[in-house]
Amino acid sequence: MLAVIRTLSSRQVFAIKALLFICCLLPCALYLWKFFQDALGANPIEAITHASGKWTLRFLLLTLAITPLRKLTGWHWLIRLRRMFGLFTFFYACLHATTYFWLDQFFDWHGIAKDILKRPFITVGFAAFVLLIPLAATSSNAMVRRLGGRRWQSLHRSVYAIGILAILHYWWLVKRDITAPFGYGLILVALLGARAWWREQERRRQLATPVERFQRTLKPIAPRSE
Amino acid sequence: MLIRVRRFAHPIAPSEITPQSLYQARRDFLRAAGFAGIGLALPAWGVDKLAGVQKSSYSTSETPTPLINIASYNNYYEFGTRKDSPSENSGQFKTRPWTLRIEGLCAKPRSFAIEDLLKLAPLEERIYRMRCVEGWSMVIPWNGYPLATLLKQVEPLAGAKYVEFTTVADRATMPGLSFPVLDWPYTEGLRIDEAMHPLTLLTLGLYGEELLAQNGAPVRVVVPWKYGFKSAKSLVRIRLVDKQPATTWTKADPEAYGFYSNVNPEVDHPRWSQANERRLGEFLKRKTLMFNGYADQVAQLYAGMDLRKYF
Repeated sequence: MLAVIRTLSSRQVFAIKALLFICCLLPCALYLWKFFQDALGANPIEAITHASGKWTLRFLLLTLAITPLRKLTGWHWLIRLRRMFGLFTFFYACLHATTYFWLDQFFDWHGIAKDILKRPFITVGFAAFVLLIPLAATSSNAMVRRLGGRRWQSLHRSVYAIGILAILHYWWLVKRDITAPFGYGLILVALLGARAWWREQERRRQLATPVERFQRTLKPIAPRSE
Repeated sequence: MLIRVRRFAHPIAPSEITPQSLYQARRDFLRAAGFAGIGLALPAWGVDKLAGVQKSSYSTSETPTPLINIASYNNYYEFGTRKDSPSENSGQFKTRPWTLRIEGLCAKPRSFAIEDLLKLAPLEERIYRMRCVEGWSMVIPWNGYPLATLLKQVEPLAGAKYVEFTTVADRATMPGLSFPVLDWPYTEGLRIDEAMHPLTLLTLGLYGEELLAQNGAPVRVVVPWKYGFKSAKSLVRIRLVDKQPATTWTKADPEAYGFYSNVNPEVDHPRWSQANERRLGEFLKRKTLMFNGYADQVAQLYAGMDLRKYF
């Protein structure tokens, strides 16, 4: 079974992508439906704010999980899903930010500016949202080419910082029961930790390599015959 | 979308408040429907209607929040930390038998059975604003009588400067107690003059019926000019003391939750503003009022006090 999904044809990957695309829209559809059914409880605006925020975080972690998953399983086609998940992160982040600007603050820009400057949890949340914008804007193949792989990659490494800011945003928002942000935080630590660990392994390997080569080229000194 | 906005933008006129017969019919329907799909646990005794409830001049004329919202959107961490946890997890909670012990610095300490408390004084309907420290508010038609009426029964001594409230902590029926979210049992406190103030209500009912578990059954205190967490629920003990009692939220986060915790739009929570609030059911936020709109009645209690220091 595993061997079968190790390599997939383009068509198969496309089919998986199409299916996942629809799945990614389900949370949004569910909340829209609940909204019009009046099934969001006593405080629907709070329910929408929390749901859009949680789904942003979930998609962010899913995006960050692609590389480690690919390394662990050897399913290299997974990389072709990463951009879609990244863009869905941005989609839900936009919904979350819109809920705040519109439903929560009702476009009171003065109040919003004060909130961003004064409330640390809003400061970090807003920073995470702003940092997502250039990533979404440079997600197309054309932009990757224009920037060049190396520069594109260093820009997109800011997603690690975005992950940390997102967890802080959640952590500082809750009043007392930190179970949920702690759980999401653990996942982020694992995903970033895996990268750090692999990087360290790679560094050691590179350090070790020249020495080995050097040792291999050494010729044993022939004993002098007397 | 637009239809929705318009509905929010035009609040219901006071003349359109749900009549009791209608919400009673709704509750009967919910019960008949086995509470399916709404997660509302209405205990069997919840049908007990309170007799002879009198109107009060302390009531606001604002539109009361519908019972379904008051009964399904609660902070009662002993049943769990989500807003719907208390209505979902309080099905096992028992309010009979129930005794409330009043002790400490008083001449006649004693215990009151819940049946006695219900008969101690004529019940009044007090429609109060309720402002949560989290930034939302409701309008709730409580039923009860002044806490002072009860406290006078035990004859507080001159040395009694504060009152300490203790909420029940029954692990068998309150699943939230298994998590160390707060230091259980929940305790709260008031200065004696706050406790004796006519607005401070010993509360036994809601919308003309006995309290629901998620709203603090069978007996709680309601202090309408303070943030909601000051109004301790499901009381088992009231103690008259000479020193300011330690209170649960202040122990949990002293920077954020002071002993007084009077509603004050000018003193922010360390993490969010208290200037505005969302009245449940309304689309736009409204300005939070000093002492939750009860300044005329209670401001003199704090004359000369720095309310930023004593937040």
